[in-house]
Amino acid sequence: MRRRGTLWFWVFVGPFAAGLALFTYVPLLWSVGLSFFDAHNTVTPTRFVGLDNYTAMLKDDAFVDSLRTFLLFTAFIVPVTYLLSLSLALMVNRVKRARAFFRSVFFLPAACSYVVAALVWKMSLFNGVRFGLANTVLGWFGSDPVAWLSSADPPWYWLVIVTVRLWLQAGFYMILFLAGLQRIDPVLYEAAAVDGARPGWTVLRHITLPQLRATSVAVVLLLVINAFQAFDEFYNLLSDARGYPPYARPPLVYLYYTALGQGQNLGAGSAGAVILALIIAVVTVGQARWLRLGRTDADG
Amino acid sequence: MTMSRRTLLAAGAGAGAALLAGCGSNTGRGGGSSGTELTQWYHQYGETGTEQAVERYAAAYKKANVRVQWRPGNYDQQTAAALLTDSGPDVFEVNGPTIDQIQGGQVVDLTDLLKDAKDAKDIKDDFNPAVLGPKTYDGRIWGIPQVIDMQMLYYRKSLLKEAGLAPPATLDALVDAARKLTDSKVKGLFLGNDGGAGVLGGTPLYAAGLTLVTDDGKVGFDEPAAARTLGKLRQLYADKSLLLGAPADWSDPSAFLQGLTAMQWSGLWALPQVQKELGDDFGVLPFPGDGGQGKPAVPVGAYGAAVSARSRHKEAAREFVRWLWVERTDYQEDFALSYGFHIPARISLAQKAGKLRTGPAADAVRFSTDHGFAAQPLLWTPAAQTAYQDALSRIIRSGADAESALRAVVGKVAGELDRVKKAKKAS
Repeated sequence: MRRRGTLWFWVFVGPFAAGLALFTYVPLLWSVGLSFFDAHNTVTPTRFVGLDNYTAMLKDDAFVDSLRTFLLFTAFIVPVTYLLSLSLALMVNRVKRARAFFRSVFFLPAACSYVVAALVWKMSLFNGVRFGLANTVLGWFGSDPVAWLSSADPPWYWLVIVTVRLWLQAGFYMILFLAGLQRIDPVLYEAAAVDGARPGWTVLRHITLPQLRATSVAVVLLLVINAFQAFDEFYNLLSDARGYPPYARPPLVYLYYTALGQGQNLGAGSAGAVILALIIAVVTVGQARWLRLGRTDADG
Repeated sequence: MTMSRRTLLAAGAGAGAALLAGCGSNTGRGGGSSGTELTQWYHQYGETGTEQAVERYAAAYKKANVRVQWRPGNYDQQTAAALLTDSGPDVFEVNGPTIDQIQGGQVVDLTDLLKDAKDAKDIKDDFNPAVLGPKTYDGRIWGIPQVIDMQMLYYRKSLLKEAGLAPPATLDALVDAARKLTDSKVKGLFLGNDGGAGVLGGTPLYAAGLTLVTDDGKVGFDEPAAARTLGKLRQLYADKSLLLGAPADWSDPSAFLQGLTAMQWSGLWALPQVQKELGDDFGVLPFPGDGGQGKPAVPVGAYGAAVSARSRHKEAAREFVRWLWVERTDYQEDFALSYGFHIPARISLAQKAGKLRTGPAADAVRFSTDHGFAAQPLLWTPAAQTAYQDALSRIIRSGADAESALRAVVGKVAGELDRVKKAKKAS
């Protein structure tokens, strides 16, 4: 009987485990291996170079600059997305009628492809000529067209990037928050009301937020990882046939050009990927410690 | 670790597409061949008819079954990934091959294809040196140029006349003209949505009498003139004379045709469309020279046909390349001139072509003969390119100090040139 159980375990888990090993763990370890070799245009390099690729990447201004930019970007986008999706969730949660409708409306953008959204933002909302939507609105107030994605001073491209990212992501995190909100026992609110807590800020501060702790921790972790792994909308908004400008260049985009463009420096690219993965790991672990991940809402 | 997944995805997608194409695009031929199967890759040409044409050439080859794959998307990345595997193409066109592909032994030496066996005449000299040069390394040839593409400046004659301007012959005149042609509706000049850093690349340096890499493999722009010339591009940006954020980028003449800009930098390929829409109301110019040593500059480049070193039928693949890109001049002419608008890579064909003898097309041919330089010198590696382009972007868009920005680039490029030199010794 137990033997049959084992058999079925492998029948169900086996294909998944094999796929995971083949498509995730093998390439991951292979990449770590590549990072110690001079691997120009090859995935089976022969010249071992030790830590040379790592020192080269850490000395590479463009790479370090992209890491620094994305630390800043993370510090900005994480709280903003958090606040926006939490507010949406609180509002939708209070709606008495048509809640399903609002929930769907705000969630819908999450189903949109990053590439499509980026192109809509780039070509119709924020194009630089006078008939782009944003520039048409500016034109009503008599102001000159702004080249949103081309202008580096002031860096308007951040406005485009941040708005498209918020539009795409806020709905998804709103759903997570809604699920968290709906799990809060109404008795707590009743007790608070009996104790004289005013609805609004006091209740939010002392009941809702503490009860949402586990959800919040998960949301923040996902947001941080997402911010460091930014690629799709950046690439589609800012790259052109000749490459990617040195503005708002995510580490992954830079590595993409180093390793997979015509550069084909797979050793340096892998070293950069390992560095990035370590940074994400350190930040995530630190954050989990700090926010005491694993405690349930009830413990909070 | 998303990188490694992406690598694998790219390679996997290439392999998958190869498998699919293997199933799908069987042309029904087969009789009369020796049974050798060859795969040939092309990037997606925009002009209608090109795909059918290359299918037709392949079908006409009797010594092997050639399957054509037409590949949309990031072609350079696709080929780079496919060359790492056994499921890549046998014959492929490449915007190179790059120095690392050659040094890494990924492509096959094609030198002897350009020695015509029949009358023992070396036909190498019939290929335009500006495009054969970057495909030559260490005296050996690694890709056969297919067609020449070149870039130039288009301007609206009527708009310049209205403003009382002559076609700009110097960079200063261009800066001046762009400013005078700009008003609230029309911008003076379009150099791409990034302000020019991407498409111009080394062109302003050549216009100042400098180079990206010298013939003896040193940095070609370690001179004060470089900073001075690049500073003038900043002037264009700062004057707000540049069109930025247009819906279609520089390679497409739409902005010029829609009247968003009075002048636009674009390619020869745009000429038929411009001619159709504007008739006589336009002219073409090379990038104007700058300074005492300066001279007009026109970047030229060519896709080349190369053979993968991983091919199982290297000899058959070489024979096919010899047949199509060396012997069949009728197909070469058809490919260059019947669909898009390119200059044939063979000088003898370019001289024969009637379409290239009059009007702006004739100007374009003259520019590329007189002022053409290799847009992508072989030793100009992608890492060098990134460093230079980043600096140029910062100079133009952020007003970074050209001199100090270039100093950092010179250091980086020198390092890359060293690396390539060392790799040569090691190989």
